[in-house]
Amino acid sequence: MADGWLLPVLGEDDAPFWEGARRGELLVQQCTETGRLLFPPRARSPWAPHTEPRWVPVSGRGAVWSFAVPHPPLLEPFSGLAPYNVVVVALEEDPRVRLVGNLVARPGGALNEVDPRSIEIGARVRVHFEPVGDGIHLPRWIRDP
Amino acid sequence: MIRDRAAIVGIGETRFAKQLEASEKRLALEAILAALDDAGIAPAEVDGLASYTLESTDEVEIAKNLGLGDVTFFSQVGWGGGAGPACVGQLALAIAAGQCRVGVAWRSRKRGSGGRPWAGRQQPSVAGTWTRPFGLLRPVDEIALLARRYLHETGATRESLADVAVAVRRMANRNPRAVMHARTLSREEYLAARFVSEPLCLFDNCLETDGALACVLVGADRARDGRHPPAYIHAFAQGMPRQSHAMVNYWSDDPLAGPSWACAEALYRHSELQAADIAVAQLYDAFTPLVPLSLEGYRFCKRGEGAAFGAAGALELGGRLPINTSGGGLSEAYVHGFNLINEGVRQMRGTSTSQVEGAEACLVSGGEGVPTSALILRR
Repeated sequence: MADGWLLPVLGEDDAPFWEGARRGELLVQQCTETGRLLFPPRARSPWAPHTEPRWVPVSGRGAVWSFAVPHPPLLEPFSGLAPYNVVVVALEEDPRVRLVGNLVARPGGALNEVDPRSIEIGARVRVHFEPVGDGIHLPRWIRDP
Repeated sequence: MIRDRAAIVGIGETRFAKQLEASEKRLALEAILAALDDAGIAPAEVDGLASYTLESTDEVEIAKNLGLGDVTFFSQVGWGGGAGPACVGQLALAIAAGQCRVGVAWRSRKRGSGGRPWAGRQQPSVAGTWTRPFGLLRPVDEIALLARRYLHETGATRESLADVAVAVRRMANRNPRAVMHARTLSREEYLAARFVSEPLCLFDNCLETDGALACVLVGADRARDGRHPPAYIHAFAQGMPRQSHAMVNYWSDDPLAGPSWACAEALYRHSELQAADIAVAQLYDAFTPLVPLSLEGYRFCKRGEGAAFGAAGALELGGRLPINTSGGGLSEAYVHGFNLINEGVRQMRGTSTSQVEGAEACLVSGGEGVPTSALILRR
């Protein structure tokens, strides 16, 4: 993995998410007027555009909304892991708030350890965070029995 | 609304292949000249231009190489495959409003030999922040997530995606210009193909093609005296639904009701013709699941019924709605959907290699999953 992990390029509204991730906390934004949760981050709340959303912690629990299993051709480091899974997780607090991530068997587990045939839409999952370099911790998901 | 006040009177294209020698600029010039020759209109008469923001050859290059006159309307539309019908529609509106008289839209792309946009490690934008670090790298991966959810919600299977791939391939098999003209595709071959991003296999993906296409528009008065039967721009709309994201639309309230829904709402509001009146369609098919999603969005069936709609040959010649009658992006050429526009024109002229007899109108859609656009062409 000579080139290292594929790291996020942070937008101007994104920093608090990654700071939370470094502390092991899943943060999303919330509209201060309507209380609706908001992701990905915005500069303003679309439901109250005169206001700026605030960052709030969520439980880190959710359910698999969908998943894909990529095969080559891919980029490193993913080509060496293929076939692996990519999941979309709908958060428990509001299933309209969804995060793209990976389902792993255990903290520190690889993206290709879970048998893709065992993944089911609706399966309950919980978040943990995995350091991948440059101070970035990525949210990963494990099954929540 | 445009309502038949402008028409496509010329179409042109290069050869399509995995690899062509000529540059994107030279391919663009060749396609535009072919379209002007088809229309019988001199380059010096062109005063309106429209193409994609992703186009590598800009208006200045086109105008100075082809000897265009004073150009008084020029426009570029974003969002890749969502842009094609909008290039035509914006020219039509400009002609109807008197901003220009002869418009040319084009797209030239060497996607076959020119490399894969997703393959660089550098992310194209911050939009990839929430997807690429998790291995969601390619457009096919992004659509695979929507496809899996769609199959889950509707109870459909990969058999429905095979319906699309096989129907469109049969169209290509009748079209000598199609890259896949000589290659048949059976349901068994589809189901045995390797996966690219489960649940999507090789044949759920469009081709990788080098080629260019163009079309020429004039006002309705002039169109009636043209060399070919005009393809009138009966209705045109763009659509970018609230809170949607391009390609990775997992963050709107209802990701399976994508840009096509918003576009269709405006399109049919502008149109005398509704889905029931339309007998042939060219639906953007970079990936097979975009077809059932578009069938639903453009109201050929109800929500969740798009997969079932394509069963029993409904998308083939003689079926309820033959689609992508030149072979589409899946089997003729993938040039960001511009071949769907030119094929829509051939259907209105009566010259398609898979002609739908008696079709008075053809719907042409841009990419579902990105801010999109659509046309209803009328004979």
